[in-house]
Amino acid sequence: MPQTGIVFRGEIPARMTIDIFLQQLVNGLTLGAFYGLIALGYTMVYGIIGMINFAHGDIYMIGAFVALIGFVVLSTVGIASVPLAILIVLVLAMFFTACYGWAVERIAYRPLRGSPRLAPLISAIGMSIVLQNYVQIAQGARTKSLQPIVHGQYSIDVGQGAHVSVSLLQIIIIVLTVALMAGFTWVIRSTPLGRAQRATEQDATMAALLGVNVNRTISITFVIGASLAAVAGMMATLYYGVIDFYIGFIAGIKAFTAAVLGGIGSLPGAMLGGLAIGLIESFWPVFFDLAYRDVAVFGLLILVLIFRPTGLLGRPEIEKV
Amino acid sequence: MLSVEGLHAAYGRIEALDGVDLEVKQGEIMSLVGANGAGKTTLLMSICGAPIVTAGRIVLDGEDLAGVPMHEIIRRGVGHVPEGRHIFPRMTVLENLRMGGYAVDPKHFSADLERVLALFPRLKDRLSQRGGTLSGGEQQMLAIARALIGRPRLLLLDEPSLGLAPLIALQLFQAILGINRDEKLTVLLIEQNAYQALKLADRACIMVNGKITLRGTGAELLANPAVQAAYLEGAA
Repeated sequence: MPQTGIVFRGEIPARMTIDIFLQQLVNGLTLGAFYGLIALGYTMVYGIIGMINFAHGDIYMIGAFVALIGFVVLSTVGIASVPLAILIVLVLAMFFTACYGWAVERIAYRPLRGSPRLAPLISAIGMSIVLQNYVQIAQGARTKSLQPIVHGQYSIDVGQGAHVSVSLLQIIIIVLTVALMAGFTWVIRSTPLGRAQRATEQDATMAALLGVNVNRTISITFVIGASLAAVAGMMATLYYGVIDFYIGFIAGIKAFTAAVLGGIGSLPGAMLGGLAIGLIESFWPVFFDLAYRDVAVFGLLILVLIFRPTGLLGRPEIEKV
Repeated sequence: MLSVEGLHAAYGRIEALDGVDLEVKQGEIMSLVGANGAGKTTLLMSICGAPIVTAGRIVLDGEDLAGVPMHEIIRRGVGHVPEGRHIFPRMTVLENLRMGGYAVDPKHFSADLERVLALFPRLKDRLSQRGGTLSGGEQQMLAIARALIGRPRLLLLDEPSLGLAPLIALQLFQAILGINRDEKLTVLLIEQNAYQALKLADRACIMVNGKITLRGTGAELLANPAVQAAYLEGAA
């Protein structure tokens, strides 16, 4: 992903000033929102069927493309109200991307249920390649761009003549993400659907023995994961303004890292992991060379896996059977 | 209510049921007694639609269950307390009970909750505790309570006394009998604790190597010398 905000290349500031700290905090929160939303999809699917859905990053990419097409279409039919356009595109992107998520599970994973764990994993990698090539053929390999449609930049005075700049879009991204995560947490915690999902995750046969349609519950999990990724995709289209068929790969790997960092299978863990990676990516260039940013992220992953293999919020398996 | 005809089931090439015929009548307690590996659990899982049946018919209330998925069979009024209890370990006791009522109209939940808590008062103090932290006996009570909240007409119980202290097991059997008498609930009970199972039963079957070898009322089987020799030595 392109770097935004203040970047110090190869030059280490004498000390961290309050304005740099706050600026990178805002940028890091924004990045963390992307990673967290995508990471939720990885962690939910892992929780419920124990597989890494390697096509999930590409589902995010599909979301970004649906959003781009949506914005272009809306501007040609002349919908001028920006909030309305964002709302329409958000709903469209979530809906269409959810269809892709549902279809991927139905076509590539469900027939393999009950087979060795490696089979759906390979199938997921295959699905990832299929989605990338499908978008490459349908939309072309060239980078697509969108003119910025959300304008608005606030400069906040933090004293001693220092300023922090926050864009309206960053505020929208952070608020939208927090709202979605809160709503999503409520669904999983307190609704019959969320209970059925957790029951399926903990003991699928027993869930079926209580009347839960396990296949449908798994499908809904993919649909929810894909719609959250679609929101991230739409936000990426607006925030970066450029997308191509390959953006799902690196964003997917980073979000997967976030999920593992937080403890794969844990929903708060995915949000925390996303936030942590966003903040690391934004603060790293303040002190060190930008070129090593990804090394830092994946280095941290390795450290966590060595010293805390279940991730930050993952639970060690001590349970009475 | 439930009839099983010529049922065969297999795990891969290993045959677990070899032509089982069984009839469970409305309102009775039917016990199924047999050694490990006789096919008792396989029979219960087959009734619930596990994809292991190779031949034969299972008919519930006049409807053939062939091809009906597990969750749909449950929704037709079957409650299952599986071997090993299968409590959801990372859900609270209350959430486990709510899962029991998953397929039932939620308006019944609070009344049903009260009813099962009256039956198993121990669970009342544990409602907010995670299922995985309960003791074995409490988990067994929870498993039965969870099945009852699903408002079953036919309750399948797979070794409910397994691993329980004799006194707790006795209380459990009394509770089962009470539910059967008070709510006219039909029960199909599997037990290794043959004495209790036969004493409780209106009718009973002995299962050996995937076949039913002996049938009768509970009292008849209890008095049968062959049954006494094989399953009841020292128990009575």
